[in-house]
This record gives sequence, C-alpha cells and structure tokens, in this order.
Amino acid sequence: MNQEKPDTNNIFVIKKDSLAGLFENITKAGYEMIGPKLKDGTICLDKITSLDDLPVGITDNQEPAQYRTKQSKSDTSLFSYVVGPHSPKRYVFPPRHQLWQINRVNGDQQIIAQPLPKTKLAFIGIRPCDLAALKITDRVFKGGKYTDAHYTEGRANNFILAVNCVKPGGTCFCTSVGTGPKAKGDFDLCLTEVYSEAEHFFILETGTKLGSKMISGVTTKPASKAKLKQADKLLKAAEKNMGRQLETDNLQQLIYDGANRVNWEEVGLKCLSCTNCTMVCPTCFCTSLEDTTDLRGTTAVRTRVWDSCFNEDYSYMHGGNVRSSSRARYRHWISHKLAGWVDQFGTLGCVGCGRCITWCPVGIDITEEVVSLKKRIATKKAEATAKER
Amino acid sequence: MENVISPTKQSEPHSEMTPRLHTVQSLTHETRDTFTIELTPTDGGKPNRFAPGQFNMLYAFGVGEVPISISGDPDKPDRLIHTIREVGTVTKALAHLRVGSTIGVRGPYGTPWPIDKAKGNDLVIIAGGIGLAPLRPVLYSILSDRRKYGQVVLLYGTRSPSELLFRKELQKWRARFDLEVKITVDRAVDPWQGNVGVVTTLIPRVSFDPDQTTAMLCGPEVMMRFSIMELRKSGIPEENLFVSMERNMKCGCGLCGHCQCGPLFVCQDGPVFPYPQVKKLMNIREM
Repeated sequence: MNQEKPDTNNIFVIKKDSLAGLFENITKAGYEMIGPKLKDGTICLDKITSLDDLPVGITDNQEPAQYRTKQSKSDTSLFSYVVGPHSPKRYVFPPRHQLWQINRVNGDQQIIAQPLPKTKLAFIGIRPCDLAALKITDRVFKGGKYTDAHYTEGRANNFILAVNCVKPGGTCFCTSVGTGPKAKGDFDLCLTEVYSEAEHFFILETGTKLGSKMISGVTTKPASKAKLKQADKLLKAAEKNMGRQLETDNLQQLIYDGANRVNWEEVGLKCLSCTNCTMVCPTCFCTSLEDTTDLRGTTAVRTRVWDSCFNEDYSYMHGGNVRSSSRARYRHWISHKLAGWVDQFGTLGCVGCGRCITWCPVGIDITEEVVSLKKRIATKKAEATAKER
Repeated sequence: MENVISPTKQSEPHSEMTPRLHTVQSLTHETRDTFTIELTPTDGGKPNRFAPGQFNMLYAFGVGEVPISISGDPDKPDRLIHTIREVGTVTKALAHLRVGSTIGVRGPYGTPWPIDKAKGNDLVIIAGGIGLAPLRPVLYSILSDRRKYGQVVLLYGTRSPSELLFRKELQKWRARFDLEVKITVDRAVDPWQGNVGVVTTLIPRVSFDPDQTTAMLCGPEVMMRFSIMELRKSGIPEENLFVSMERNMKCGCGLCGHCQCGPLFVCQDGPVFPYPQVKKLMNIREM
C-alpha cells in the first residue's frame, strides 16, 4: 500500500455488478487477490479470482467458543459477516516459511537463503480491525532495531480493498480500542455495503492514488448526500451494536498491578493452553524455528513457524520452563496484549476483533477477564485497608 | 499457503536470520560438561566485534541454535570465544564438534556490561556457575585498563570444586595484588581447602566503598536475588547493580517473542539490565 494521505473527496456509489470490473483491474495490475471465501463452514481468507468467489448471503453468529455461518437464499449481500479465523497476517507472515538451507559439500558448508516473497498481494474485504492489526505488525517487524526481511517484503506492494463493518459480531469490540467499525485510512479503497430488500449498493471511498487508478473504467456514480447518510447511519448503528466492550481506562496500570497482587487461578483452571487465541490473533507474532535434515545429513533446512506463548516449551530453558502453569501463561498473554505491548510498541496489542473469544474452546473472554481482574484488585485493596484498620 | 508467496530464483543474503559460518579452531574442556571453543569466520574475515556481556546465536548443523554469551577478550578480535555448558540438544551437538568443524554464528546481540560507567568506581563481580563466562570479558577489559578502576573484587561460586571454570586464569587472577578473588563451592570434596557455602556469604567479607561501587551479577536468578539483598545491606545503591538475565531465545533480535520477561525483550533490552529495571519482574513467580 502506498503511504499517501487519504483523499477523502473521492467518494462514490458502486453497484455490486460493477465490482467485477474493479476485481479485473486489480488482477490486470498484477495482484494476486486474497479475500473472504466460505470454506468448511467458516469465512476464510483465501485466493480469489473473481466476484463469484465471495460468499453471498452469508451471515455469521459469533459468541464465546461459538462460530456459526448461515446461508440465506434470498440475501444477496456480500459482506454481512465479520472476521473469521484468518487475518491477513497469514499471508504477509505465513504460518510456516523456510528461511534458508545449508548444504554440506566435501566438508564445506554453504548457506542458501530462501528468496523473499515477490508476489503482489491484494487484500479484498479486509475489516478495519485487521487494517489496524497490520499497522501494529508493521511496527513489530519493521519499526525496531532489527527488521524482518520476510515480513517487510510480504507487506511491500500490498493493495488493500477494505470493507467497513455494518453488522458487528457477538464478540466484536473494535469501538473500545478505536479501530472500527469504520476504517480511518490505511487502505487504497474502502467499501461500505448498504443492503436491504429495496436496494443494494456500496459506498466506495478512495484512499490513495493507486485506489483511484484501480477504479478507472469501472462504473461508479458520485455519492449523493442521501446515500452517504444511509451508509453513515448504518455505521453509527454498528458502533452501538458491538457484542463486547473492553474497559481501557488505566488498563496498562491495572494489568501491571494485577500481575503479582492477585490470583490467576480461576482463568488458569479454565485455560487449556490450546494456543487457539494466539493462532487466530491478527497481531500475535511469536515464532519458533525448526531444523530438519535430509536422510544423508548433507542438507539441513531452517523453517520459521508460528509459535504460541501457551506452548509448554515456549519458555523452556535448561532445567525447566519459566511459565509452567496455564495461569502464568494466560497472565503473560493478556499482560503482553494489553500492557507490555504499549511499552514495547506504543500501542495496544489488541484490535478488538474478538477472534480470541470466539475461537477459545472454553470461551475465555478477554473483556470479561479485564473486568474480573479489576474486581480482584479492588477486593485485594479493600482487604488490605480493612487489615490496616 | 506456501505457494501463495512464491519464491523467485533470485537468491540474496538478507535478514538477521541468516548465520555467518565459522570454523572451530580449538575446543577445550573446562569441566565435565563445559567446554570453550575458539572460532574464526570461514569467509576469511574477522569475527564481528562485540562488547562484554553480549551473546551470539550459535547454530549446529541440522540441530538448531542457542544463545551463548561471548567469553573471550574484546581486545583480541581475531578469534571468537564461547564457553558452553552441555545441557540440551544443541549444546550437546556443539560439544561434539572437532577442530575444523563448521558452525553458524549470528550476532552479537544484546546490551553490554556498563564497563565505562563503572570507571572510577570500585567493582564487585559476582558469578555463579557458567555465569562466569559472560563476565570474563569484563575482567579482561578491566585488567587491561586497571588504573581506571578502584577496588576490583570477583566473587565466584560453583556447586563443587570440579565445576570451576577457567582454573588457570583464576589461579593467575588470585595471585594478583590488584584483584581480590574469592571462590566458594556448595559441596567440598578433598583436597578443597577453600570456602564452602553460597556465594552470598562472601559479600560481607570483601571491602568496597558502597557509594562508589558498581556490581555486576550473572548466575541463576535465585543466586542473583539473594546476592542483591546482601549487596543492598552493605549499602550499594540499586542503580549501581547490574544483572544478566536468561530466557529462551529463538531469534536473538526481538522478533520471535520468546525471551519476554514482562514488557522486556531480554535479547534486545538485555541481557544486561540495570537492576531497577527488572527488580519487580525478578520477584514475580513464573514471569
């Protein structure tokens, strides 16, 4: 994506059929399109080639430990669901990728670095929370002393067609962390879908020159005030329809206070350390390295794989694990997301997408854990004052 | 997923994640399970320069990588020296290296000991077990510029006499008049005639000016915690205490997440920390 300032004067109305022309333009410009696709009953991000690949008339129901999609025959909307388990992370930072291989030839060794990804990726239908997540992983991988070459290359030349959320899910809380439901830039193009039995259109906003270029030749109309108002009304309503809320006041201090002062037993007993939350999180960035050799022992390959702080050997040092209990691992995870991240990267590590709540098999809810922590700290403080008296 | 991001034919040296190959020039056994290797780059160049306290990621062919602090003299840049204890799969593989073997090296990474800041001060160096390895470069640097420092004290504790590292050097250092070296072991075996007990017991027995002292500690966290309690009793201000921390590390450069201790990346913000920065964290279990 280009780093230009969004040109907000360019707002259009586009009909569903005309989107096909836009997709064609994106493909012609040499991009591989990654967009929402219905797969195994879930909305996944996958390679798409045309408008026909998008799920039509799908709605989703998300609650803690619950994810269901529903197909409606009469519904022809394209984006009436929210985020599924996949985020763009898995394309700019794949779950497994080879870093290099080393060959042993006549006693000499030679390292051959894996060439960096050169594919131009166009992300279609990316939600504001995931845009925010990309901005965060940009800081993690590109903003520090050491940068990650693979991620940097994967992020270069991205084209982003974002979609604003008019139907937030049951586990969404982007308004609490200020990332949605309307994208505030960082896109080339952005759609807001207005769908009812009476009419169906999209408000199309261009964010960059590249975005404007991409809609040339595509049938659009300037957006009338009435139509803009319709879309705005939906987005305003969406703000009030978040399934969850995260209390962010004084959050960092709260988490640090809670690290040692209160008991984490309850959530520790619930947590299975299954790593689901970290696998679906669009900002979790931990990795491990795998080394394999061929049978003759002449070639060894080094692969980087996603890892999780919930894995037992994640903190392994000689003699044992630093965090051997689930409660310590959960405490580490939530502390990193909501407090440590702020110190490390100047931003929360949470974008309010709700994936960790939906995909937790036992329904641990990060927003409820914050409430619970607050209560535990208050109780502890009350006990301490009572003792003093 | 792999075919989505398709590699091109172009091969380029890139990223922090690719090691530089080194040849093993010598391998010396220090103790039953600890050895020192000397390395030179296979490409014919010089090893990367380092500051005392920094570490490298060492790669054993097909087995994996481990963070190991540099134990050599920063002023002798021709050879890269590491002292390693055999405790896991990678370090065991490294122990089986022979002269002429090749290994991968990435680094150096991490923060150094505050050697310059300590100038003019008395210096207390406390090491436990293999913790002496990352502190040896400090001793080399100080001894090469001895007049810049006040009293210099080395307190070193190991489990038993047979686990003492760098015996010959310890003997030389003990014979110096400008260095106070005290050694203790947890369990004595004949013919040991030295101290028995934990390293903290040595602290009240050495002299330094608490207001003008810098202390550097490396060893098991529990040893560092108790040593710090003892040093604080003698009056050294907290901000003059420095500790070297250890965590699991995969990348060494702040990208893999493994080494986090609270909000700190031990590989990048450390391993050497001013004590006030890690004080709270060190006292929380399973941090």
